[in-house]
Amino acid sequence: MFAGPAAILFCAVVIVPFIYGLYLTLTNWDGISNHKPFVGLSNYRQAFADTAYWQAMGRTVIYSVISVILVNVVAFLLAYLVTSGIKGQNFFRAAFFIPNLIGGIVLGYVWKFVFNRAFVAIGEAVTSHTTSSLLSTPNGAMFCLILVSVWQYAGYMMLIYVAGFMSVDQSLKEAAEIDGCSKAQAMVKVTIPLMRSSFVQCIFLSTTRCFMVYDLNLSLTKGEPFNSSVMAAMHVYNKAFVYKNYGVGQSEALLLFVVCAVIGLLQVYFGKKGEVDA
Amino acid sequence: MSAATKQMQAGAIQGEEPRRPKTGMGTRIGHGLVWLVLIVLLFAFLAPFLLVVINVFKTKADITSKPLALIGRHGFTLQNFPEAMEKMDFWTVLGNSLFVTICATILTVLLSAMAAYVIVRNPTWKAGAILFTLMVASMVIPFQVIMVPLVSVYGGMLHVLNSRITLILMHVGFSVSLATFMFHGAIKTNIPMELEEAAEIDGCGKWRTFWRIVFPLLKPTVATVTIIEAMAFWNDYLLPSLVLGRKELYTIPIATQVFYGTYSTDIGLVMAALLLAMLPILVLYVFLQRYVVEGVTSGAVKG
Repeated sequence: MFAGPAAILFCAVVIVPFIYGLYLTLTNWDGISNHKPFVGLSNYRQAFADTAYWQAMGRTVIYSVISVILVNVVAFLLAYLVTSGIKGQNFFRAAFFIPNLIGGIVLGYVWKFVFNRAFVAIGEAVTSHTTSSLLSTPNGAMFCLILVSVWQYAGYMMLIYVAGFMSVDQSLKEAAEIDGCSKAQAMVKVTIPLMRSSFVQCIFLSTTRCFMVYDLNLSLTKGEPFNSSVMAAMHVYNKAFVYKNYGVGQSEALLLFVVCAVIGLLQVYFGKKGEVDA
Repeated sequence: MSAATKQMQAGAIQGEEPRRPKTGMGTRIGHGLVWLVLIVLLFAFLAPFLLVVINVFKTKADITSKPLALIGRHGFTLQNFPEAMEKMDFWTVLGNSLFVTICATILTVLLSAMAAYVIVRNPTWKAGAILFTLMVASMVIPFQVIMVPLVSVYGGMLHVLNSRITLILMHVGFSVSLATFMFHGAIKTNIPMELEEAAEIDGCGKWRTFWRIVFPLLKPTVATVTIIEAMAFWNDYLLPSLVLGRKELYTIPIATQVFYGTYSTDIGLVMAALLLAMLPILVLYVFLQRYVVEGVTSGAVKG
């Protein structure tokens, strides 16, 4: 009885749709009629042949890899700075977290204004002739997406790294320094290995978030210019709800799930393997 | 000596790092540098928000011609706010967001704490173990896999979309897995069995034992789950956009998106709408920032 309500809601919105979704991939449903013609594996065949989908997937991988690396580098440096014992470090921690309070939709529009107006105004002031927005070229749009993601997630991952820094016993680092380690050596050889779990967590958290990016993609670039910035999640959404191709859309979503499941399993594997004890 | 260095010295004198034996001149200069770097970074971090704040008080013509100027040629104006508020139906939208977020968060916390409690205390109970395994496994399912069947079942077959209650229950259903997982860990490691046994001997039933003894002890986890889930519900766009089709039910993210689609050329109004969309949570953050930072940090350690 205690677990009942949670179990019912969980099954109703996660388990049942998931299983029903598996069935939908085998049908050729148009989204309206009650009739769902059974078509076997043809949706999967179409999904594998859908070049736009694989392009979006490849783009998402590139975007995620670059973003994850930059997010974690920036977050780690920020965490290092705000744990160095300076005055007001709690204020800085709280302030760098602010972008995470606001949803991707609103942030995307804020940055759209920054890229389209402020950056253009700066560009024109510096070069003294008309400049076009970064968002109007494919590479520029990708750059913008990465920049905003790094800006947003760095504050969140920073907090995880801060927790990691604080969990490392100061005396170990001091002992290393007394034994003749330089500060940098102590960092690389003592502190960072002891923070392994923070790294695993941050890298996987930022990977899944980047891989599933949708809100920011929708508000910042809307897939433009010329569909060159459509990420995997947006492609799946459009396939199903815009082009009403539910069967193929659902099959492509399921392929996305496979990728996520692999990432999840890797996290468990790396999380358990080689945990360092102090 | 600059104000910044003075503050730094004050920090060093107050002894934020008492353990370090040599708080010499070198450390103080180092701290000053760190402080300077952080101030510059912070300014860069918050610049997008500052730009919105600057431009919200300008007329459309001034924003277009000089987006970086502090005050436009036509001077200071408050005109953008009332118009944007009326056009995005701000108070209704804010009310919807508050209602959905508060209800969904309370339900998630209560239901998942209860579920975690029985699962932890009855390790031989098969159904509980299966449920917990399913919940943990389901955390890797991306929402994109669920969305089409979800709309098909609840919209096409049961016709229960376009309701805030449906949205709240769906939010809860999606978030109970993570919340149950976090409560599971907390109950397993932090709640001693002896307390409950004592309560039982004193004649306390299961229901009362849970609410009177166990739940109050879970306060730190309740705070963490509340903060993480409330932020997720408040900012969620995709699920509400699929469930809520009628204008009077919109939450802040949907209203912002629709507003931008309609008035994107009226940049003054857009600025006001964006600021209005951000303001409630920023104001709340000023008061709750300590709990948010702690909640996210401890959530990270557990999750």
